[in-house]
Amino acid sequence: MKILVTIKQVPDTATQVKIAADGKTIETTGITWIVSPYDEFAVEEALRIKEKRGQGEVVAVSLGPDRVKEALRSCLAMGCDRAIHLNDPAWSAADTLATAKALAAVIKQEAPQLVLCGRQAIDDDMGAVTAQLAEMLGWPSAYWIMEEAIDGDGKSVRAARQVEGGLEVFDLPLPAVLAAQKGLNEPRYPTLKGIMGAKKKEIKDVKAGDLGITAEPPQLSVVGLEALPARPPGRIIQGDVPTAVKELVRALREDAKAI
Amino acid sequence: MPNAFWCIVEDDRNGSPKKVMAEVIGEAARLAPGRVEAVWLTDKASEAGLKQLGEWGASRVLLLENAAFAPYRSEVWTAAAAELATKESPAAILAPVTSRQREFVARLAAKLGVGLSADSVRFAIEGDKLVATRPVYAGKLLSKVTWAKSPWVATLRPNVFRPADAQTGKTATVDRPSLSAPGAQMKFVERREEVSTGLPELTEAETVISGGRGMKGPENYVILEELGRVIGAAVGASRAAVDAGWRPHRFQIGQTGRTISPKLYLGFGVSGAIQHLAGMRTSKVIVAINKDPEAPIFKIADFGIVADLFEVVPELTKEFKKLLEK
Repeated sequence: MKILVTIKQVPDTATQVKIAADGKTIETTGITWIVSPYDEFAVEEALRIKEKRGQGEVVAVSLGPDRVKEALRSCLAMGCDRAIHLNDPAWSAADTLATAKALAAVIKQEAPQLVLCGRQAIDDDMGAVTAQLAEMLGWPSAYWIMEEAIDGDGKSVRAARQVEGGLEVFDLPLPAVLAAQKGLNEPRYPTLKGIMGAKKKEIKDVKAGDLGITAEPPQLSVVGLEALPARPPGRIIQGDVPTAVKELVRALREDAKAI
Repeated sequence: MPNAFWCIVEDDRNGSPKKVMAEVIGEAARLAPGRVEAVWLTDKASEAGLKQLGEWGASRVLLLENAAFAPYRSEVWTAAAAELATKESPAAILAPVTSRQREFVARLAAKLGVGLSADSVRFAIEGDKLVATRPVYAGKLLSKVTWAKSPWVATLRPNVFRPADAQTGKTATVDRPSLSAPGAQMKFVERREEVSTGLPELTEAETVISGGRGMKGPENYVILEELGRVIGAAVGASRAAVDAGWRPHRFQIGQTGRTISPKLYLGFGVSGAIQHLAGMRTSKVIVAINKDPEAPIFKIADFGIVADLFEVVPELTKEFKKLLEK
């Protein structure tokens, strides 16, 4: 079974982000980049499916500038067989639709039986690409997956999605798109052997023209980034615990009107 | 008449719209007075539910009632809503952030070939365009976005927008458009209910209590649940507590968990790591209880007590009980 995993390289959560001079993007110098955490769950699940079935291929795909190779390399170190890098300046202002369109074109070329994605990337938190990919491909999709099981002959997948108040279980005919939620698995750390092996694996550069598509102007564009409005200074309530608690309850009731 | 602002109805799966719809309809009415329409995909709408949508301010309800719409499947909903949108040409399509609405409107936007602003916290009409504001980079920055063409598709973060006041007697026209028969590839197998805590759902609660690493172990969450029962709060946890296995993941607040925006957030033994702040920093009033005066959460807290949470929680439960019995 061939499985394709889409990943995104994002700033590490702990990294300080600063607005760049254009007012619309962030300053990229000094940023620590990681594979978006939800995408690691997707990679891990793909590897587990391959291991369980005893055969198959896992292909990692990402769209972005040169630095994205590093993220793809860490997926190869985890165990992906090869990687595809959608690397074209034409995609520099890509919104979720343009990204989904590029990924859908790769998927049509690669023809995997299953596509795994992370629930959302933790930089822009849009969480849209999975569903948009599925729409462009005409495939069924399931979001926020907590469990999955592919049937023996590889024709369908049973997936449990997390909803408010429980789990909903569906059978999806393959090919299908699944979006990984935290809790699906515990991603592995690359082994030294994996890291060494990753250096020999292929990362193929692909441009828009190679996919037979043209990058269109974005449907959603950033007007500007803003710093958060400062919260009013807080107040540390002093005194012994019973006194402080009494004052907190009073302040929440009378000053903040929060209870 | 200029085109309508659609509000996609999130319901309780039992024929009634959820109260978050008052926020979506309220915001739509501010942006487009008199042009608010509710679009409801459901297997069965109740009369009371339809009345409620009118009272909140929808002038028209487009009711798509079909057994195939429950449980929700993106392919089925998208085909139906896109067909209707092509006929009706709405100016905007708004929905509350819930797990399924996030997926649905993303797929719908792709079908219609338009942009999507997910998890929006502010809107403005600038010239003849809608501009949305949404948190990005773990909530460290706000991004203002706009659309190349309409319909402008967006989801709204719950508890951020002021809800519409229900006006008794105000009614909506109910239309039942006829659409192509829905087809589906995915088949529903079963729903597994979570063991209910009897407390409100995290993302919907007006008050949220959160327990972090300072809780010391899973057994201690009972004291937070007791406090939760007294004040009607949901009880969540930080990533540290979830990763330690003290609470199931569905209770995690933060970047890789739920995003909440309650009126009141009370953090106990929560340090305030960036990834936790990402999920709760738009809370209106933030209270932090932590032994460590240097804990980063105090930087964003409106009220803080530097003390042992195991002394504070019982005291707080007692005081709230007294207050609410009055």
